[in-house]
Amino acid sequence: MSSGPVNQTRRQSAFDAADPPEEKKYLECIHCGLCLPSCPTYLEMGNEMDSPRGRIYLIRMADEGKIGITDSFVKHMDACLLCRACETACPSGVQFGSLMEKARGQVERKYKRRLSQKLLRRFILSVFPYPDRVRAMLKLGRSSQRLGLRRLVIHGGLSKSLQIMEELLPPPDEVPADIPLPRVTPAEGTPKFRVGLLTGCVQQVLYPQVNAATVRVLARNGCVVVIPREQGCCGSLQAHEGGLEPAKAFARKTIDAFEQAKVDYVIANAAGCGSMMKGYADLLKEDPLYAHKAETFGQRVRDALQFLHQIGANGRYGPLPLKVTYHDACHLVHGQQIRNEPRALLRSIPGLQLIELKESDFCCGSAGIYNLLEPEYGVRFLERKVDNIVATGAEIVTTANPGCELQIAMGLRKRNITMKVLHPIELLDMAYQAGIAPRS
Amino acid sequence: MIQGKTRIVRELEKIVGPNAVIHTEEELRVYECDGATIFRALPDMVVLPATTHQVAEIVKVCHREQIYFVPRGAGTGLSGGALASQGGIIIGLNRMIRILETDVPNQRAVVESGVVNVWLAQKISGDGYYYAPDPASQTACTIGGNVAENAGGVHTPKYGVTTNHVLGLEVVLPNGETVEIGGKVLDPPGYDLVGVFVGSEGTFAIATTVTVRILHKPEAVKTLMGIFHNIEDASNAVSGIVARGIIPACLEMMDKLSIQAVEKWAKAGYPMDAGAVLLVELDGPKAEVEALADLVVEVFQAQRVREVRVAKNDEERELLWKGRKAALAAMGQIRPDCYLQDAVIPRTKLPIILKEIEELSQEYGLPVANVFHAGDGNLHPFILYDGRYEEEIRKAVELGARIMNRCVEMGGSITGEHGVGLEKQDFMPLMYTEDDLEAMMKVKCAFNPDQILNPGKIFPTSKSCVEVGQHKRDRIRYEPHRIEKEGLAQRF
Ligand code: SF4
Ligand code: SF4
Repeated sequence: MSSGPVNQTRRQSAFDAADPPEEKKYLECIHCGLCLPSCPTYLEMGNEMDSPRGRIYLIRMADEGKIGITDSFVKHMDACLLCRACETACPSGVQFGSLMEKARGQVERKYKRRLSQKLLRRFILSVFPYPDRVRAMLKLGRSSQRLGLRRLVIHGGLSKSLQIMEELLPPPDEVPADIPLPRVTPAEGTPKFRVGLLTGCVQQVLYPQVNAATVRVLARNGCVVVIPREQGCCGSLQAHEGGLEPAKAFARKTIDAFEQAKVDYVIANAAGCGSMMKGYADLLKEDPLYAHKAETFGQRVRDALQFLHQIGANGRYGPLPLKVTYHDACHLVHGQQIRNEPRALLRSIPGLQLIELKESDFCCGSAGIYNLLEPEYGVRFLERKVDNIVATGAEIVTTANPGCELQIAMGLRKRNITMKVLHPIELLDMAYQAGIAPRS
Repeated sequence: MIQGKTRIVRELEKIVGPNAVIHTEEELRVYECDGATIFRALPDMVVLPATTHQVAEIVKVCHREQIYFVPRGAGTGLSGGALASQGGIIIGLNRMIRILETDVPNQRAVVESGVVNVWLAQKISGDGYYYAPDPASQTACTIGGNVAENAGGVHTPKYGVTTNHVLGLEVVLPNGETVEIGGKVLDPPGYDLVGVFVGSEGTFAIATTVTVRILHKPEAVKTLMGIFHNIEDASNAVSGIVARGIIPACLEMMDKLSIQAVEKWAKAGYPMDAGAVLLVELDGPKAEVEALADLVVEVFQAQRVREVRVAKNDEERELLWKGRKAALAAMGQIRPDCYLQDAVIPRTKLPIILKEIEELSQEYGLPVANVFHAGDGNLHPFILYDGRYEEEIRKAVELGARIMNRCVEMGGSITGEHGVGLEKQDFMPLMYTEDDLEAMMKVKCAFNPDQILNPGKIFPTSKSCVEVGQHKRDRIRYEPHRIEKEGLAQRF
């Protein structure tokens, strides 16, 4: 009896040949459902199309030609946070992030969005990957409407996105002036490592103090810290939204910049960037020139906290008598499987009391630019997060990703809660300062 | 197809809101299968109620219109029980996720049926309590679904299955009436309706809230892993444990292929070249656990155990179990699809059946990995295939049937814990005579006389409830029993 694959007779895939979600990857899903309760959108919406299993099924059906790239297909792809909590939960090792990014890539090319949506996306993606533009936007303060965006509102449905965009930007007096960092910072004591730091587009403008703290802490731990001037955006926001070609261009540029800097490790202090760079190999695997480079590059990438934990950060901390809680950035805990390292570092600071946050690894709704594109859901996840944060009774909430910092800070501001939002490395830095400064 | 679908969609939207009725084909597709992907059936609609009242209102519509409807929890079931196999409406309970009450001193909790099994455990853990039934899918499956399937788990040898932990239920009958059965105490007077209901696979009524018994965590827990050269030694070790009168909390065995698949994912330190692994968990007062652990090690040694590992802390314990609990999904790394069988086999026959399964696996050219709840003889062969090839689907089903047949011939049963659902209907005659099945049908008809609730499940043939009675009447004629004929007994 002949037994051809069902595929042979199947209908035409709804995807084209440019980076489609890989069959091999979606077939790894065995439909067990173990990922369902880990998925924020499934818990919020309660339907399976907005669950990891459902989304994979939709992708599979589109590839098998049973459904097209229709409004509802796009709706369920858009509603995904790409938080990758499902990857942590999935025992079959399904690489959901890759599937979703590629599905979105297809959507962006093949689906006609409403004009207002299209312009909004284009606008956001033309600002955030460029520090200068982010800076310009910040300068315009909270009146982003002056950027001619108001016209978009006329096309309907965007007022919420724009409102969130305004609210998200920290009040101008909270953003320190640009802190220039040297191209090369020498190590304190004998140099043990030569590392490169990715300064990140959002991080360097809105949180320059985090980069400064990272440089100091790394130097204190025997690292020569190089900041290649040629670096740009890592491409994560683009990839998140299916802009795979621009993402690839950013990736190549980043690889070149750090290759020239001849560093042992590439350090990221923004979870989204770290996770993106670790995944360059998947993004560039069809690129004959860069496939191999991307792989070795990826192996050299470390999150700053992961790296410090791994090398055994020196413990000459002074005491910080603070009550602190920690929110797991999705792209650290799920994207890079880094859960214990930041906690261990925080716990090693004398006097610091680390209070566990309920649902700490549940997305805060920031999710790249999800909070702007899907404002209604973004806010729901934020409310849930803020409730849990408030319940800890901590004075400081820490998280290792600028997107989460912005989002959580906005949530706290709206409720008039005066809790500080910091990157854990800022606390390490403070503890080192407290270790040298004579106590007053 | 439902007559007047648009009108009914509108009516249902009034009950649950527009976002809670799914009716376009591409979205419905997502609901065409549950954990057993080998069966697929497209529902006509999916409705997601948030309260018991809404469930009742939906059911009233179904009853009035005589539309088939099927309850669904997390869709992790493995016998196709949550499929609308004959079309109709799926009532998804995933928005009924509140834990309504936890009464720790009195050891009970009341939950909505969409609550995930492990959420309850997490909620009461701080008080030192837990909920004993823990199916491998406990991180995702719902308590309502556990009630429907009378789910087991790894703790069954000592703690029994779901029915031993359910005190009361609020259910919506197929005519839309809401009733409560059981109560808040163990074994209330009158008929044990809870006992009848649990395990009815969603064919009697839809459970909307469940009152469960919760247990205090034992003082000590110890998990041991015995690594054996082959299945025979491991099976003998199981018999040895039982023969010494030890009742472990869990007793699980995995064969070579399972070990390899799981280790790749869970990295729990299972040795890739072992012939079989036995996981034993002991719990109770500390002194007792320690003493029993020594005995278990002795039994292992008598069976030439290669190595014994003892989890030193909770983390190590979790890790040892993580592999076992993730077995199904880990199989996805070997072949794209998995047809998970569920059978019961007398423990002593295990080496024989595994050998036969190995031969069948060769014959059909499909890998089969085995996991065995050794404590209660529940065998899970994982038949691995590629669903993109029609031929492989056919082979997987046939291979499954042959395993089933052999298990029954050896004195076992066709399902240990996954239920009959769609999957095992045709095997029912292997276990039961027509009379037995008729008797069961009568119970179903008492709850579900129109059979609009979850039709086409469990029974090999579909008969209306009217037919059930008639058939019986035609057939039963008075026949004196053998012992009557022999004059040994007499009817009055
Ligand atoms: S846990 Fe993994 S294999 Fe299971 S349904 Fe989810 S994605 Fe698929
Ligand atoms: S990435 Fe996050 S939101 Fe998207 S399916 Fe996975 S768990 Fe759900």
